[in-house]
Amino acid sequence: MLSTFTRNDWLLLIGFAIIILVLPWALQPIGAAYPDLLQKIAIFGIFAIGFNILFGLTGYLSFGHAAFIGIGSYVSVWSFKLLTMNVLPAVILSVGMAAVFAFLIGYVSLRRSGIYFSILTLAFAQMSYNLAYSVLTPITNGETGLQVRAIRDSAAVSLRDGDVRLIDQAMGIQEIGVPITNFFGMKMSGYPGFYFCAVLLIICFFIAMCITKSNFGMMLKAIKSNQNRLNYTGIHTRPYLISAFVISGMYAGLAGSLLAVTDPIAGAERMQWTASGEVVLMTILGGAGTLVGPVLGAGLIKYAEQKVSSWNEGILHQAFSGLPDGLQNFFVEFFSFFVGEGWHLTLGFLFMVIVIFLPGGLMEGARRIASIFRKQRTDKADEANAVGQPAE
Amino acid sequence: MSVAENIRDDEDDRGFKSGIPDKVLHIDDVHKSFAGLHALSDVDLDVRKGETHAIIGPNGAGKSTLLNVCVGRLKPDRGAVIFDGDTLTGKSPHEINQLGVARVFQTPEVFLDLTVLENVMVPALSKRDGHFKLNPFKSFAGEKAIRQEAIDVIHSVGLHAQLNAPATSMSRGDKRRLELAMGLIQHPKLLLLDEPTAGMARHDTNATIDLLKKIKEGGMTKVIIEHDMHVVFSLADRISVLAGGRIIAQGTPDQIKNDPRVKEAYLGEEQV
Repeated sequence: MLSTFTRNDWLLLIGFAIIILVLPWALQPIGAAYPDLLQKIAIFGIFAIGFNILFGLTGYLSFGHAAFIGIGSYVSVWSFKLLTMNVLPAVILSVGMAAVFAFLIGYVSLRRSGIYFSILTLAFAQMSYNLAYSVLTPITNGETGLQVRAIRDSAAVSLRDGDVRLIDQAMGIQEIGVPITNFFGMKMSGYPGFYFCAVLLIICFFIAMCITKSNFGMMLKAIKSNQNRLNYTGIHTRPYLISAFVISGMYAGLAGSLLAVTDPIAGAERMQWTASGEVVLMTILGGAGTLVGPVLGAGLIKYAEQKVSSWNEGILHQAFSGLPDGLQNFFVEFFSFFVGEGWHLTLGFLFMVIVIFLPGGLMEGARRIASIFRKQRTDKADEANAVGQPAE
Repeated sequence: MSVAENIRDDEDDRGFKSGIPDKVLHIDDVHKSFAGLHALSDVDLDVRKGETHAIIGPNGAGKSTLLNVCVGRLKPDRGAVIFDGDTLTGKSPHEINQLGVARVFQTPEVFLDLTVLENVMVPALSKRDGHFKLNPFKSFAGEKAIRQEAIDVIHSVGLHAQLNAPATSMSRGDKRRLELAMGLIQHPKLLLLDEPTAGMARHDTNATIDLLKKIKEGGMTKVIIEHDMHVVFSLADRISVLAGGRIIAQGTPDQIKNDPRVKEAYLGEEQV
């Protein structure tokens, strides 16, 4: 596989890795270089890359991927509670469990295509969400959410109130204060947590690149292009779709696990349909079917969520302080609808503008700009050649 | 005695022994109706190994329905389609293709988002790897042998200049040629062609006839549905005539030309 990577592929991978690793410095000028936001950008980048394997390559729009985020989070927290605070088993178990659930949900949902598939996935996600709040509360701890606790003193203490951490206990690891997730001793909070997520994001990006360039990826693109024709060329499209769905679900499971790794609590709200819708927005905003687009979309939305939602009238007054009082008040009044709790309005507006003017997302914008520069260079080269030509 | 049986008795002058030797496709008493309309009635048809069998008939005669029954797109109400000893009836299109039956559609069905080369490589990979192979780390670009074969086939249909062009940018005639290449790359035992030259200019039609003649030399069995009599009589070893969902005549091109039932039902006053 690696031998067939072109120079441009390597440049893309290396460039992507460098950009992700230097984010703590690169985002400082826009006030986004703090661990919590950086972790979210990396985690939701993974989620969006995985979602793009299904939606971007096959064209099947799932509205239920948040279910796998939730499953990943719950499995990770249970791994912390029962086995160890080391994140490795948690991540592996979460991805594995997400794969099992993705196979079951995909097996049923992929009996249908188009809007019916979307509705089926939405139904499964909502079902998971409601189950987490009702009959599954012994596992999910309902509205309170599942949390990591100190190791319990006796078996009489409920698992919700005290953990066992069999592996940690067997290894004689002593806990002082609130248990913190770790990767073989390295604490997973703050920047180490970000770098753990960032490395996994780069690995996920590399795997997505391999898939896109593989025979398997080509079949997925052919499904999007003309599924009916593919059947007549001898391809059974369903196993391909189920595989894409499972891989995509595993990415979501990993993202859910990382949410628990960086903040060891799992709640059902992660499975709500709005979370499924958010990844759709991320992918379309960045550019469905592209490799970098979904990560870009995830970064933009997470940045807007954290920054625009924190803006208030005070910040707006500062921004428009140069204007006369009447005009300033008008602008502050107007823009206050778009900031703070109203940041979704900004997101909706941005989404509308991009879908209308750049249907291929931000990546299409980048391509258009690049083509303008290329054209200018070509024109200049033509002019130079014309000057060098003798007049006829 | 059915029409097919009648024909079997007087066809041996073309070198085929009685008893239909090397029968590749056997359509046995197929019946298909849509909401009371009989699209196919009591259709019996045999296609011999290596021959080019044309199916002709006026519009609405049931030609495309018959092809759809053969490739699993439609399930017959009665009867069976047997290919090389396997019953195709009830099988799905991909299973039928994996048995060695490829189809070229009447309206071009290609992968518009893929390049010409990719369009041809997809069926080539399907032929090699089967109906499903999970190979997310096997590079498409690394498939050198299949790639070269695909390039050769694309060259043979005259599309080499558009090798890396997206299929969406091609003309309708070029898409038809691309479809032909997609069928040929699989080296099928049986190639079903639904009006392969429809929409082509005369020059392109003649080029396609030459190409199909060349394939014939390789021994591939073909069933062609075609309106253009120039194409039919240039290529066909035997012809079956469908009218009103029934086969009204079968025979060699010369026999069909002189069959009064064909003239009456299909050709009318037109001279063949």
